[in-house]
Amino acid sequence: MSLRRRLVFVTGAFGLVPLVVLLWAPTVGSTPVSLARAFDRRIPWADNVDAQIFFVARLPRVLAGSLIGAALAAAGVVLQAMLRNPLATPFTLGVSAGAALGAMLAIAWRLDVGAVGVSSVPIASFLGSLVAMAIVYGLASSQRRGLSTNVLLLAGVTLNSFFSALILFVQYLADFAESYRTVRWLMGDLDIGSYRPILAALPFTVAAFAVFAILPRALNLLTMGEDVAASRGVDVGRAQRWAFFSASLATGAAVSLGGPVGFIGIVVPHLVRLMVGSDHRVVLPAATLFGAAFLVMCDVLARTVMAPVEVPVGVITALIGGPFFLWLLVRQS
Amino acid sequence: MNTKGTKMNTKATKMDTKATKSRGRSWLSLLSLFVIFVSSFVIFVSAFQAPQRIVSLVPAVTEMLFAIGAGPQVVAVSSYDREPPEVRTLPRVGALLDPDVERILSIRPDLVITYGSQTDLQQQLERASIALFDYRHAGLADITSTIRRLGGVTGHAAQAERTAGSIEDRLAEVRAKAAAGLRPRTLLVFGRERGALRNIYASGGRGFLHDMLEAAGGINVFADVARESVQATTELVLARAPDVILEVRSADIESDAEASREAQSWSPLASVPAVRNRRVMVLTGQGLTVPGPRVAEVVERMFQALRRTP
Repeated sequence: MSLRRRLVFVTGAFGLVPLVVLLWAPTVGSTPVSLARAFDRRIPWADNVDAQIFFVARLPRVLAGSLIGAALAAAGVVLQAMLRNPLATPFTLGVSAGAALGAMLAIAWRLDVGAVGVSSVPIASFLGSLVAMAIVYGLASSQRRGLSTNVLLLAGVTLNSFFSALILFVQYLADFAESYRTVRWLMGDLDIGSYRPILAALPFTVAAFAVFAILPRALNLLTMGEDVAASRGVDVGRAQRWAFFSASLATGAAVSLGGPVGFIGIVVPHLVRLMVGSDHRVVLPAATLFGAAFLVMCDVLARTVMAPVEVPVGVITALIGGPFFLWLLVRQS
Repeated sequence: MNTKGTKMNTKATKMDTKATKSRGRSWLSLLSLFVIFVSSFVIFVSAFQAPQRIVSLVPAVTEMLFAIGAGPQVVAVSSYDREPPEVRTLPRVGALLDPDVERILSIRPDLVITYGSQTDLQQQLERASIALFDYRHAGLADITSTIRRLGGVTGHAAQAERTAGSIEDRLAEVRAKAAAGLRPRTLLVFGRERGALRNIYASGGRGFLHDMLEAAGGINVFADVARESVQATTELVLARAPDVILEVRSADIESDAEASREAQSWSPLASVPAVRNRRVMVLTGQGLTVPGPRVAEVVERMFQALRRTP
């Protein structure tokens, strides 16, 4: 099968899953909703509970879930290829820890500086991810010869634990109610209650995906080693920089939107590779689509399993993702 | 006759000595009884003497101690204690998660008030033979029963009885007034991200907040959830459609302008009766969510807020 036909086939098949999930997910929840009423324009908006549940409560979280799932899964694919490390996740390079620290500070200091309809926590969180990205990049590119993936990895991991320590410190000093909120934030939550945060995160995610679109060929060659890639005409330093910045940007935007939802960035890429092989031209779009569907499905479970009590979505992704991944691993070997 | 008399006399004398002897013995036994009684009383009193050096690690209980007149006996408090103003100068010995055992011991307390989950601390203090008063947040009725229990322990039973009685009277008064009117279905929110509809925490059907709302005449929309708190998603708020949204925000809102801006955050949920009829009330002030002696005051404020029409 030629690449083009394979790509069309795989994206078609993988595109069908999120399509079905995205259409179905807003119709289920802790309360039964009448779709006929929700879409009935004759009922005034202020009186139409079904429409409000559908458009104010569910649709934003389904959209947020698909955006976050897609961003984290794609960032996972890109970073695993660039670092040539199957254990790399979007959270490996310290970006999410930076985002988490930003959110913790906004919660603990009770910051109240919202902008463009977005509250202080996501903004502080995104700023935190940018700071972390700058620090890691500064450290990794301080050597003369371009970007060192080894330094990148070590700096990222170290920054991760350093920020985690700061997070614990902030939590410890925070008041009781605040420290519970910070813990809850770390579990991930998609109930964003408005479209504004999605719109705010969208430009960064789109920019990141625009870069992802031109990366796959370079990623394929980079996985064979930097020398091989360079000998085949890849500007290794530039490709690594683009990969790092785009993946970090996608991660920062995703984490500031819904918190550090774990497991997607590692499970989805591997799951997809087990299904479609290792060509990044196919893996990247497939993982993006699958990641979106996976997180939205996990969120459907999160809000229905124990309704009206909600299970944090990060708990569900880990509970489902972990065993499923292990099962696939054992079956393959 | 004489002999007889002498004999009798002798008998009488004998009897007399017997009587004297027995009288002396009964005195002795009376005295010893008295000694036993006095000494046991002293032991009893000294054993059950009211503690004079109390360390309280629970802010709600600290407030109760001051309310019943045991304030002068309190020598140290937790790092979260703010009320009454007298505690601000007292030494701090950590809090729920980080009690400073060394500092507590160095203060040489004769009673430490601990929270139910501080089992490690309790074991350490027991090893040091320090008396404990164990406390856990529970329902509204537990507040007055804890006040009475504290009165017994600290030697202020009468004043504790008066304090608890007055709280119960005030609550009964609010209940009676509330019973006369309509009971609005209410969402009681005690935490939410500022300026957004995220991380909304509301009272479930358990605990003192739920009891306070019911006493103030509201029907909790989450009464069916057998938990103290519920993370209320926007969907849940829309589905439960409360008539009133009552936010109790202790620490983070200072001005009325801020409070009304926070009330505006709910406007996207236009179909909720509380939002449509502008019955989103934000109560601000210190100690709204402290299950202490000010609880009746808070219930009265809740009652007034539930009554308020826009």
